[in-house]
Amino acid sequence: MGRRVLITGLDTFWGGRMAQALENEPDVEMILGLGANEPKVPLERTEFVRSDQKYSILNRIVRATQVDTIVHTFLETNSVKVPSRVLHEINVIGTLNLLAAAGTAGSSVRQVVVKSSTHIYGAAETDPTWFREEDKRTGPVRTRLERSLLEVEALVRDFADDNPHLVVSVLRFANVLGTDIITPISHNLRKRVLPSIAGFDPLVQFIEEDDVVRALEYVTGHQIPGVFNVAGAGKLPWSEVASISGAYLLPLPPFRPRAFVAPLRQIGTVQFPPEMEGMVRYGRGVDTSKLAATGFEYRYTSAGAVESFARANNLRRATGSGEPEYRYEQDVEQFFRHSPAVVRGIDG
Amino acid sequence: MAQVSADPADRTRTAPGAEHTLDRDLVDGTGKDSGNGRGDGDAPDAPFDQGEVTEVVADDEGGSGAGAGLTATSERIAEVIRAEVPSASLSFLPVARADPGETGPPDPRRSDVDEWGRSEHMRSIVRRLYNPMYKYWFRVEWEGLEKIPHHGGALLIANHAGAIPSDAPAIMHGIEEELGRPVYGLADYFFRTLPVVGTMWSRTGGVPAHPDNAYRLLHDQQQLALVFPEGTKATSKTYTDRYRLRRFGRGGFVEIAMRAGVPVIPIAVVGAEESMPILFRIPSVAKMLKLPYFPVTANALMLGPIGYVTYFPAKFKLRVLDPVTFDVEPGQDRYSRSRVMDEAEAIRARMQDALHDMLRERRSVWFG
Repeated sequence: MGRRVLITGLDTFWGGRMAQALENEPDVEMILGLGANEPKVPLERTEFVRSDQKYSILNRIVRATQVDTIVHTFLETNSVKVPSRVLHEINVIGTLNLLAAAGTAGSSVRQVVVKSSTHIYGAAETDPTWFREEDKRTGPVRTRLERSLLEVEALVRDFADDNPHLVVSVLRFANVLGTDIITPISHNLRKRVLPSIAGFDPLVQFIEEDDVVRALEYVTGHQIPGVFNVAGAGKLPWSEVASISGAYLLPLPPFRPRAFVAPLRQIGTVQFPPEMEGMVRYGRGVDTSKLAATGFEYRYTSAGAVESFARANNLRRATGSGEPEYRYEQDVEQFFRHSPAVVRGIDG
Repeated sequence: MAQVSADPADRTRTAPGAEHTLDRDLVDGTGKDSGNGRGDGDAPDAPFDQGEVTEVVADDEGGSGAGAGLTATSERIAEVIRAEVPSASLSFLPVARADPGETGPPDPRRSDVDEWGRSEHMRSIVRRLYNPMYKYWFRVEWEGLEKIPHHGGALLIANHAGAIPSDAPAIMHGIEEELGRPVYGLADYFFRTLPVVGTMWSRTGGVPAHPDNAYRLLHDQQQLALVFPEGTKATSKTYTDRYRLRRFGRGGFVEIAMRAGVPVIPIAVVGAEESMPILFRIPSVAKMLKLPYFPVTANALMLGPIGYVTYFPAKFKLRVLDPVTFDVEPGQDRYSRSRVMDEAEAIRARMQDALHDMLRERRSVWFG
């Protein structure tokens, strides 16, 4: 029997990409996606269930569909996108309900994959140059995003301890850049203004968005338990990110830089969430040898991820808009999925 | 960019003073070729364009099975080209490049900053600027430099002195010039918090002192790392305590060398103590400025604020002591505490003896 996979946040970037990737896996029998809104990517055989962001109905769905794998992509790591209260609801309460559903007695779930972020390490001057998975952050927890991620991982850790027969995988991704994803960094680079702190040029790591999906798929497919850092090889200075992307550095004073950039944040030119401040001051590096030891291979280095973004951005600038946007039409999608007139198993 | 090596095997032969060789070492260490990206740079990178062209010439010679003589010839040709053609036009010359199918896609990197933040380009500029200081101000003299290996990792340790220590740049400069391989200087986190200074420190080979960083440098990358086991206890001591070694931390450096399986090479430095001696400290000012210590130096008394950036021209003498290897299994999580402390204390005693020996021979602080 093939795998039966549940994906959270199907309407978000990662949920949609992950569902698309899993649709190509022949041994995945059924894909079920949860989301508050309709998916934004074309999907062929993924079933979509509309649910609220806290998954209060999840318990029933898991029992009814007998899923064996849950891919939890719906952790919000972009604190600009949602208000802090919603961030807490999505990350902490959502994960709490998800794990509760997965951990009920007689549950069919065998594996839980969680997409976390290296934001969990924070950024402080006392940091090691390379964080290993077991290292604790050295600086105080200052931002809501970091606090919520720490809470989520604590929940996941407890869940893994309580359910030793389950495969629990947590992937901590470095800053993502790529052709499509919009993060505070890519937003700034698209506007050609990259905030930095005067006198600091820290080293940062990136991961390309395709590698994110491939890593999630890899640990799901190979059922690899554990916590893993995921980042492209090498590091590059913040100033080089700007120069590869054709953006200009906006040096902010070292004292309270966020206050100085507030006017630009207000008019939407620059995004500068609180967790970015530490990163542009001290940078962050994670040791990725643990995942590499399991045999995962990256397609992009850190600099390659920036280059990938820059190339897509050049195209966007030249042609005006980006790719044509997919519009979800319920009836057409239903037709494609269920009509006997549609010939399945053919490429496309 | 004076010398160019045709292939990595030539590295040892052309090593002393060859900056390009340093590039290669660096690239090997990071596992990626940052050299490709350099041609894309702006005007300040022009010298690198020359280096790239000559490198291609040398590669062609090497590829046809030519020996060292031909490589030397190609270097001479390259020098003639460099002398006659202005650098700007050189980059427009059509140059045969390697088949793109072999080298893969072009490297997106625009700088040669490695994963530790060190930039060989920046380092070579700093070396050029610092060289007069090294040669004519401190008149640095080495003894036993041959004990530092050309290959493989080694943990260099030295005594530390001066309000703003003058020994670290001298040691790093000397080894990089003489051996042609990079030295990473491990120092307190405090540097990272300083704007501009912290970045410059990182670009010129500074790394935050963390056991994981040291292990990665020494074991995984087989580099030279320089640490000062006394830490700020040494640089903050007053002139009355000169050449009295402080406690060697908790012997952490011995444990790291044991784990990484590399030798410890002690270096005794004479002269740094007198280059910026501390007369007394003002703790309240240090607290206010959030500094580890606030020194009042003899330099500052004589020269005012300029004294904080001016060293006295003390004669520097550096003696490399015999490398210490440990007869233990590398790669363990823990080592016997008593063994570690004994080894650290033995090394400390040897360095103290060497310092006394050197001071006995010294006739003048300024002339050696």
